[in-house]
Amino acid sequence: MKDDTLQLGGKILSNRLLTGTGKFAAHAQIPEMLAASGSQMITVALRRIDTTTRSENILDFIPKKVTLLPNTSGARSAEQAVRIARIAREAGCGDFIKIEVITDMRYLMPDNWETLKATEILAKEGFIVLPYVLPDLPLAKRLENAGAAAVMPLGAPIGTNRGLETKPLIEMLIENCTVPIIVDAGIGRPSHAAAAMEMGADAVLVNTAIATAKDPVAMGRAFDLAVKAGRAAYLAELAGESATARASSPLTGFLDE
Amino acid sequence: MELIVNGVVETGAPCTIAEWVAQKGLAPGALVVELNQQIIKQEQWPMVQLKEGDHLELLSFVGGG
Repeated sequence: MKDDTLQLGGKILSNRLLTGTGKFAAHAQIPEMLAASGSQMITVALRRIDTTTRSENILDFIPKKVTLLPNTSGARSAEQAVRIARIAREAGCGDFIKIEVITDMRYLMPDNWETLKATEILAKEGFIVLPYVLPDLPLAKRLENAGAAAVMPLGAPIGTNRGLETKPLIEMLIENCTVPIIVDAGIGRPSHAAAAMEMGADAVLVNTAIATAKDPVAMGRAFDLAVKAGRAAYLAELAGESATARASSPLTGFLDE
Repeated sequence: MELIVNGVVETGAPCTIAEWVAQKGLAPGALVVELNQQIIKQEQWPMVQLKEGDHLELLSFVGGG
């Protein structure tokens, strides 16, 4: 297990839990959560500032050894996502970018078409592109061909904590894609994360379920354990299922025989 | 001088980006500045003069998933 690392665009991660910085009650919880969970990559968003108030710099709460994954949330088109990505890179956040283009505000469904367009542009510009999408195999293959470093299918809509509602569709990506598959959005419990890893996902990204838990630091640790357990189970190769019982104890040599 | 700052019209005396940021009392460390859709790095702020009608976007990183 020691050498079981995940490579994302030249970056080698030994921890397969990606986390987010949204919704924490206090920014000070973020470094504690990172230490407890071992997460080595974390998302941030970019927004216009309110010039009338002073606020903390969230980057001050993220240790330098943790890789930043800026997202393009707020973008409603490929063009806007590209603009946000370029700003994030210029601002010194590195080459990683999670493309998130959302035009549907009720379910926050990613716009796969705009996401593909943004991926094509940004991969050519040397970004390490992680597109957030509704799982769709032909689209995932197009993202791969466009140079995506990974594909990030949603398990359920953002912030719903409902788990792997799209499981069969994610499985198709896992079986057929060559780039890493990172399940993003909807993972609400450590058992969801473990299930995703058991079926062969390369990593999971969890924000809401950790940040809004009563104890986000302890929950970060719980997710770390679940991801590690799921990954270990995947590598061990699961035993098969059967419709009828298969005795675990010998069916011969009973006392009255 | 009139500027469009984060979509809102603001008026002020002609100045550089660095002076404008200082006048507003903004913490430069957290700030990302885009002038007419071009990102201006912090070391260039003292050299870039703001002009009438410029579009200034002031951004910063925030929590997000």
